Amino acid sequence: MRAKKNPLHPVRRPLLPPGQRSRAAHLLTAAAGEGRFALPCCTACGRFAWPMPEACPACLGDIALATASQGARVLSATTAEVPADAYFRERAPWRVGLVQMDCGPQALVHLSPGADTGDSVWLSLKLDRAGSAVLHAGREGEDMTTDPQWRDMVADPRDRRVLITDARHIAALPLARALAKAGAAAIYAGLPDQWKPLDTRAALESVPGLSLVPLDVTSDRSVADLAAQIGGKVEILVNTADLPRPGGLMGPSATADARAAMDTVAFGLLRLARGFGPAMAGRGADGTLGAVAWVNVLSVFAHAAPPALAGYSAAHAAALAFSHALRADLGQGGVRLLTVFAGPTDDPWFQTFPQPKVTGKALADGIVAALLNGQEQAVVGDLARDLMERLRENPKAVEREFAQGRM
Amino acid sequence: MILDALTAAMATGKVRVVDLTQTLTEDFPTIVLPPEFAQSAPVRIERLSHYDAAGPAWYWNNLSFGEHTGTHFDAPAHWFTGRDRARGTVDTLPPEHMIAPAVVIDCSAACATDDDHLLTRPALEAWEATHGRIPAGVWVLMRSDWSQRKGAAYANLRADGAHTPGPDAEAMRWLVHDRGILGFGSETIGTDAGQGGDFAPPYPAHHYLHGAGRYGLQCLTNLHLLPPTGAVLFAAPLKVHEGSGSPLRVVALIPGKDTP
Repeated sequence: MRAKKNPLHPVRRPLLPPGQRSRAAHLLTAAAGEGRFALPCCTACGRFAWPMPEACPACLGDIALATASQGARVLSATTAEVPADAYFRERAPWRVGLVQMDCGPQALVHLSPGADTGDSVWLSLKLDRAGSAVLHAGREGEDMTTDPQWRDMVADPRDRRVLITDARHIAALPLARALAKAGAAAIYAGLPDQWKPLDTRAALESVPGLSLVPLDVTSDRSVADLAAQIGGKVEILVNTADLPRPGGLMGPSATADARAAMDTVAFGLLRLARGFGPAMAGRGADGTLGAVAWVNVLSVFAHAAPPALAGYSAAHAAALAFSHALRADLGQGGVRLLTVFAGPTDDPWFQTFPQPKVTGKALADGIVAALLNGQEQAVVGDLARDLMERLRENPKAVEREFAQGRM
Repeated sequence: MILDALTAAMATGKVRVVDLTQTLTEDFPTIVLPPEFAQSAPVRIERLSHYDAAGPAWYWNNLSFGEHTGTHFDAPAHWFTGRDRARGTVDTLPPEHMIAPAVVIDCSAACATDDDHLLTRPALEAWEATHGRIPAGVWVLMRSDWSQRKGAAYANLRADGAHTPGPDAEAMRWLVHDRGILGFGSETIGTDAGQGGDFAPPYPAHHYLHGAGRYGLQCLTNLHLLPPTGAVLFAAPLKVHEGSGSPLRVVALIPGKDTP
């Protein structure tokens, strides 16, 4: 049950843990953001290292990230009762430990309450509230969701209030159900064009804690009105607003379609950021259930545009560009920006795309899993994962394959 | 002299002015086409400044909309049947057509019980039996009281399309070709009935009106304040270059209470 805040008390200003990292250490930021467990490893001698070195401490070889065993043993455990750092002082007592990793190095880690000296533990690479990669250790199988330190590094929907910006999205209903199952205190589902029928209305309204609210991200007024009403209550915002309209650059309505897609996907994000961003960034430390995450559901085609989806892909690429700025702004308050890249969804707009397509439920489950894991990026769907991999390997080949009509 | 008499009558209330226009808002329903067709842009009103850092002493907005949003005017060029009409776009519209008499056919009782109520030629002939022949060059306004509905009830979209009242094909053919009307006005989103796409010809109001170089007015309101005959309509669309229509302010002059 969500406790109400005493309105006579001010909202705690968001402080962040120390965020300075070396440039090389941001390799770990990427891994943690994607939910991968990888550690610095020498490309010459194969030894693992911690913390991130500039060169291999053993042989001065080059360092890259490599998948490592997550096992470790606690050498010593400490509870910091009165930490010097203001962020940790507010959250004290704070558990830290020195662990011996199975893969070699020793590391200072954030330690779960259930783990103590001598215990075997399971390491996770997480992003802290400053967006920096840190190690967390807990006993294998331990329920981390009750650990306040863990909760501070993830975006657990439990007892939080969530806004889904477009109830008409294919993932909206399964997402609402998944969020309710995950314990969300309230779910607001934005409904554009209230005067148009909504096939899933009855199903949505049967989701516990859900209320449909008027929201059209293409309207300044609509976004501002809803932000005035619930902007101070939204702890997780999931932007599902989308307008897939297939068509190449030279199609008969290419300009109108691209403009409409831009207005929904890119400028819609901008309007939401202006409306909801400041309140969310300001509430990043509002008790233990403050604002925690902003999720943009984008198409994987933000990264590479098939000619048949020219305007649509451009709109998603623009939204991706906006989201970098939004991540920086929200980060000031310790609020995470999660980008979920989805493959073609299983709806009429991607009818001619090859299977397997992404169902609304798969997308919803991917979003909730990434929130629970505290990620900054998730990729949902086989086609999307494959495309990201191919883009890493050989982006020009992807461009040519798309030009030939191949996915 | 006549104009002096008119302004004097307006000053004394012998002639009253009725606004027949819906407020142009962002959430007013617009025509919905199958999504694979190009869609009208919605009405958007975006703040530029409001006595603030973006403009300390002034307030203004950027305004954008499709030609067929809000209370709006359909020019002949809007429909394929009117594509070759002379002066068929709003910028070339004869200004004398912007001021014309109007007759009002009250269908509100039937529309209250039947969303798909159709105005027929026999109904029009029955109206003529009471109010006299519909003169050439007039606006014929179909009062349905539909404008008193809001949101979803106004659009009334179902799985098989919109269900809103309008004229049937013979009524439109007869009004245009046998009575020579200037235009047809409705309180609904279109001059045609919601199911007008299934009529023969499809969308008969658009088909006959624009094919004959006549006009449409839709999303009107306050038609219940107009007399069956005797009103004068002011309907001047924006002078949009080669425009097929535009939102506009429609007002009517009607006799005041003491006018014989």
